[in-house]
Amino acid sequence: MNYIGIDIGSTAAKVAVLGETQQYFVLPTGWSSIDTARAIQEQLQQRGISLDESLVVSTGYGRSAVNFADKQITEITCHAAGCAEKYPNCSVIDVGGQDTKTIRIVDGVVSDFLMNDKCSAGTGKFIEVMANRLGCDIDHLFEIAERGSALPISSLCTVFAESEVINHVGAGKPREDIAAGVVDSVAAKVAGLAGRLALSDQVVLTGGLSHLPLFAQSIGKKLGHPVQPLENGRYAGAYGAALLAQRLEEKKNRKEK
Amino acid sequence: MTDYRQMWSDLGMDLENHDNLCAVLPVAFGDTYLSQENRPEGMAFYDFVVSEIHGVRPAELIEHQKNGGKVFGTFCIFVPDEVVFAAGGIATGLCGGSQFWVPDGEKVLPKSTCPLIKASVGARIGRTCPFFRIADMYVGETTCDGKKKAWEILAEDVPVHVMDMPQMKRPQDIAKWEDEIRNFIKVVEEQTGNQVTAEKLAEAIKLLNNKRKALARVYACRKADPTPISGKDALLMTQIAFYDDPARCAEMANKLADELEQRIQDGVAVFPKGAKRILISGTPMAIPNWKLHHIVETCGAAVVCEEACTGTRYFENLVDESQTTLDGQIHALAERYMKNNCACFTPNKGRIEDIIRLCKEYKVDGVIDANLKFCTLYDTEGRDVERALKEAGIPVLGLETDYVDTDAEQLRTRIGAFLEMLGE
Ligand code: SF4
Ligand code: SF4
Repeated sequence: MNYIGIDIGSTAAKVAVLGETQQYFVLPTGWSSIDTARAIQEQLQQRGISLDESLVVSTGYGRSAVNFADKQITEITCHAAGCAEKYPNCSVIDVGGQDTKTIRIVDGVVSDFLMNDKCSAGTGKFIEVMANRLGCDIDHLFEIAERGSALPISSLCTVFAESEVINHVGAGKPREDIAAGVVDSVAAKVAGLAGRLALSDQVVLTGGLSHLPLFAQSIGKKLGHPVQPLENGRYAGAYGAALLAQRLEEKKNRKEK
Repeated sequence: MTDYRQMWSDLGMDLENHDNLCAVLPVAFGDTYLSQENRPEGMAFYDFVVSEIHGVRPAELIEHQKNGGKVFGTFCIFVPDEVVFAAGGIATGLCGGSQFWVPDGEKVLPKSTCPLIKASVGARIGRTCPFFRIADMYVGETTCDGKKKAWEILAEDVPVHVMDMPQMKRPQDIAKWEDEIRNFIKVVEEQTGNQVTAEKLAEAIKLLNNKRKALARVYACRKADPTPISGKDALLMTQIAFYDDPARCAEMANKLADELEQRIQDGVAVFPKGAKRILISGTPMAIPNWKLHHIVETCGAAVVCEEACTGTRYFENLVDESQTTLDGQIHALAERYMKNNCACFTPNKGRIEDIIRLCKEYKVDGVIDANLKFCTLYDTEGRDVERALKEAGIPVLGLETDYVDTDAEQLRTRIGAFLEMLGE
C-alpha cells in the first residue's frame, strides 16, 4: 500500500509518496490545476506507483482538481501534520507562492492559525516579482542580498513596492542593497503576521523558500525569536497529506474491526 | 408570475440594468437555496417572497401610499419601527446586500467604504431597487462614520431624517436616545399627518414584540441538536423580516416554528449527525448576502445562530408593554433599543457576553467572527472578541469578507481548516 500526498500550490505542485516506496517530486503548476493533476497522475504511473493500491490525500489551492484523491484536506491541517511529526509543539510559518500562514500546533494538533489577506505582500509572489525586476531568480536574489545592506521598501502593496524598487534601480542604488531591502520587507510582513498569534518556543519555517538560510534568519530577527527551517520544508504540506492518507487507512481498519 | 414592469417604470427605475439583476438573482438563489435537502415546508413562503422580491411587497407599499399612507426606509435596527407604525406609516428595511449595487455606490463614495453602505447608496442612485424608490423618507442614524456621511449624499436626492445615536450607554445616553425618539415622533407625525397617541403606540409596541417573539421561537428551535433548519434558511427568514409586514412576518415565523418544533420531536435533521455547530458573529448580512452561510454549510457544518443585526440582535429584548402613557412608552422604547450591543458603542463588552451566552444556549462548537471589509468598528472589536472567546475555551476564526466572490476560495480554505481543527 502507498500513501500519497499531493499539494497543489499556486506556483508548484508537490508530491510525497510513503509506504512501500518513499518518493518526493515537484512539478510547476501551470495554468490549470486539472492539467497539473493529470501530469502528476502520469508521473506516478511512470514511477511504478499504482493508484489502485494507494490512498491519496490532496491539499493546497488546487486540491479539488485532483479527481483521483480519496480525500481533500486543507493545507493548514496538512502542513501541521507534516510539521507535527518532528515538532509536536511548535509554531509553523509557511510562506507560499500566494499566501502566507502561521499555525500553532499543540500536542500534535492545530490549535490556532492565521492566513494573510488577499494581497500578495509577504508571499513568495512578492519576491518573485522583485527578482524579475532585478533580472535574477529567487535563489540568486537571496545570494546577493547576503552582501547588501537593506534599502527601505515600505509599501504594503506589491504593485507600489515594485515601483519603489524601480525608483531605487533608477537612482543607481547597488543591486545587493535593493535585494537586501526586498528580503527585509518580506521578512517584516511575514513576522508581522506570525506575531499576531502566540508563538511557541519552537518556530519552524516551511514552504518553497525554507531552503534559504537568510530568509529564516531575517524573519527570526524581525520576530525576536529564532526560526528553524524545516528540513525538506517545501514538502511539508505534501508529506503531511501523505501521513493523513495513512491515518485514513488506520481509521478504516479500526472501523472494520 | 405577475408582470411588474409598469410599476417599476412608474417608479422611475433603470429597467435595463434592473433586468440584469432580475436575471442573476434566481440563479444565485437556486444554487444556494434550492439545492438544499429536506427543507422545512414553511420555507415555501420565503422562497416565494424571494421569487417576487421586487414585486409583491413593493406593490403593497404602493397600495398603502395610494391610500395616503407613508413609507419610511430604515438602515439600522436602532430606528424604532414602533413609532412609524403607530402613526399609520410603514417602515421597511433598506439594506443592500449585493455586489450588484456596489459600482453605483462607488461613483460617489470612496472605494474604502464598507460594501453595505456602498450597495445601499448605489441602490438609490442607480435606481435599481423599488424599495429605495418607494420610500417617502429615509431614516438614518449616526452609528458609523461611513453612514453618517452617506446620509448627506442621499439627502441630495431624497428626504432623510437622521437620528443622533449615543456612542456610550450611560444613563444620560439613554435619556438622550429618549429625546431622539421624541423628536422622531414629531417628524413622523408631520410626514404622515397622523398623531402618535399612547393607544396607537401601545398597539405598535405589541405588534413588533409579537414579531420579535415569533422570530425568537424559530431561533429557539435551532438550539436543538440536531438542528431542524439550516442556517441559510433561518437567515433568509430574518432578512425578509426587515421588509415584510410585521403581522404577516410573525404569522409566518410562528408557522415555521410550529413545524420546526414538530421536527424536533420527530428527530428530523437537515445535517448529518455530528455536523459541527457554528455561530457567526459580526456585521449584518443583508439580503441577498448568503455567502458565508453557504460556504460554511457546504463545508459540512451547520450555522445555528447569528449574533448580528440580521440575527439575535434584531429580536432579543422586548419593549415593556405595561406602560400606558407616551412618556412611559418612549422611555421603554429607549431602554429596549439601547440594549442592542453594536460595535458603534464604546465600550461594548455586552456584545462579548452575548456571544459567550449564545454559544452555550446554542451548543456551539466554534465561532466565526466575520466583518465586512472596511468596517473599522467590527474589525477592531474582533481582537477583543477573539481574545475573550479563546479565554472562554471557545474556538474562534476571525474573517473579513466582501460582497465580491473573488475571496470565496480563500474563505473556503480558512473555514475548511477551522472545521478540521474542530475535529471531524
Ligand atoms: S451593525 Fe450597528 S450600525 Fe449596523 S445595523 Fe446593526 S446596529 Fe446598526
Ligand atoms: S458594517 Fe460597519 S461600516 Fe458597514 S454600515 Fe455597519 S457599522 Fe458601518
